[in-house]
This record gives sequence, C-alpha cells and structure tokens, in this order.
Amino acid sequence: MLRQDVLKAVYPRLKEQVVVTIMGAVAVELYNLGHQPNFFYLEHGMGLASSLGLGLAVSLPKEKVTVLDGDGSVLMNLGSLSTLARYRPPNLTHWIFDNESLLSVGGFPTATGTGTDLAGIAEKAGAEHVAVADTIEAAEQAFAEASEREGLSVIVSKVEAVGPSSFAMDISLLENRFQFARHLQGLAGR
Amino acid sequence: MPVSVKNSEILYAALKSAGITLLSALPETWLVHVMQMAEDDPDMTLIRLNKEEEGVGISTGAHFAGRKSAMLMQNHGLLTSVNGIVSVAQLYRIPLLMVISYRGGMGERDPWQTEGGRVTEPLLRSLGIDYGKLSDPATVAHEVQQAQTLAESSLRPVALLLTRDLMWEE
Repeated sequence: MLRQDVLKAVYPRLKEQVVVTIMGAVAVELYNLGHQPNFFYLEHGMGLASSLGLGLAVSLPKEKVTVLDGDGSVLMNLGSLSTLARYRPPNLTHWIFDNESLLSVGGFPTATGTGTDLAGIAEKAGAEHVAVADTIEAAEQAFAEASEREGLSVIVSKVEAVGPSSFAMDISLLENRFQFARHLQGLAGR
Repeated sequence: MPVSVKNSEILYAALKSAGITLLSALPETWLVHVMQMAEDDPDMTLIRLNKEEEGVGISTGAHFAGRKSAMLMQNHGLLTSVNGIVSVAQLYRIPLLMVISYRGGMGERDPWQTEGGRVTEPLLRSLGIDYGKLSDPATVAHEVQQAQTLAESSLRPVALLLTRDLMWEE
C-alpha cells in the first residue's frame, strides 16, 4: 500500500479536520493533494508532531485533530504514546504510517523492520482504540471510525517505503504557521 | 520538604495572572507545590510529561489554538528539550514561556545537579533565549508578566530561572 493512495482516499475527511503532519514525504504528499489552511506541516522537531497534536486537541475540544506521523518520528519520542494515552483527548487521531524506513533522509531501516510493533506499544501504553490498517479499505474504515468516535484513536498502517519524486512545497514554513494559527483562532472563536 | 509553599503560591498566582491556562510539567522537587496547585485548579490544564521535550510540542499546539501555556521543568529538562526549542519553537516563532528550576547553582548540595547548573545560563545565552532569574518573591508577578509579554511580542522562547533563594527554605 502506498501512503499517498491512502491520503488520497481520506483527503475529503482530512479537509474537515485540523491536521498536523511530520516532515518529508507525508507533508509533500498531503500538500500535493491540495493545501488547506487547517493543515500544518511540522518540517523539523522529529517526534513532536504527536505532542503538538495533543496541545491542539486539548485546546480545541470542538475540533477533530489528526496527526499524520511516521515510524521514525514516533520511535524518537515513544514516551509521547504514553502521554497521549494518559490524557486520551477524545478528539485526537494519531495515525502512524510505518514504512520501516527513514525514507526522507536516505531510506535507512528503522526498528519497526526488525520487530518493533508500534500498534502493540500504543496499546500497552494505554490507548483504548488501536487499529492496524494495511489496505486502503481498512484504512478508510479505521479513519472513518476514528473520526466519528469520541475517544483517542491510534491507527498504524504499513506502507511501502516510497515517497514523492520532489520534496518541493510552494509554502514557506512561517507562511504555513501563521495561516494555520489564524485559521484555528477563527475556529476557537466560533 | 523545605520547598517554599508561600513562594510557590506566589509563582502559581503570577502564572495565572499572566493568562496561562495550560502547564506541561515533569515532576521535580522544587516544583511539587506548583504542580499540585495546577492539579487542584479546575481552570488549569496540567499535562504531566514523560520527557520535557514533549512540552515544546504541546505548547506549540496550544499557541496555534490561541491559548497561553508554559513549560514547568528543571534545568536538566531544558537540556533535554534543546532540539525541540530550536527546531520547533525558534524555527516556527513560538512564544514559549519556560519556567525552570535552577538546580546546581550557589548553595547546591546535591553533587548530581552541579554540572547542569554550570551550563544552564551559557546554554540559554548561546541559544539566544532571553531569560530572567527569579529570587525575590516581591517581584515574581511582575517578572512573570514581563517574560510573557516579551515572549508574545518577540514570538520567541523566554526563560525564567527559579533560584534556590526563591524556592527553598531552610
């Protein structure tokens, strides 16, 4: 399964949510489907996308927040799985795309390729709703359920270690940051 | 435990007056009372962390949502948060208020705190982070407000170091 095919399939739903991606391929693939003011691409700070999503979710209880994460980033901040499970904001979906690779920095294999089970770790960290979704259909269904559920949802999807041909995005980091914040503050005042 | 309850109350009240409604924190001896006050306050969201760097992400999300927050941690928590501070808070111009217990300074008796104490201020200076040292309870409210104001206007992290004189009674 290709991550970009999954993103394409769930894009209509993502458009309606507050979305945070990690850097690299995920950011570019979502951006290429069509940028929205409610999309934020965290282009550094590896591991902190899930923490950022937690800060958003507890501050915007009326919005659905989805973090599009990756195995390399999650492995850098495994403690975050425990913090998210501890506070389990009901409006947060933590979706981890596991390509068993640090694709954006040369494709070196990560520990998920040698047996580390992120869904298992999330579950044992205390997350109640953990889904493994490795086909487009399963991914669409898991995300639909997560979006409609009142409860922290974790989805782990194995994907091929394939990224976009170009990492170019015609939006500067700060442009994205200020647009996103302005948009959210409009939502918060709603 | 000779951590000053009175000065912890003054600090907590100052954070509230500065409009802070979310604190992320990792337990540390000098901060126990402040953390308990946050825990007991229905108007405060307290997020207990596993590692301090998570707090940079949490405060960034809160800021994007228009909410004022602060990180409460020991100076060793600052050391472990450096990448997040640089590659999220500074890169994305986040007004990150960091309230840091300044262990390992003059009067420190715990040998294990002393290296962290030596490098705290040089580290803040090398990161270009403006900081103040809180030691007089009479000025805490003013200094917390000033730090929050500078963080918001500069869109940068600002640090407040809580000294032994403020936090410890013996």
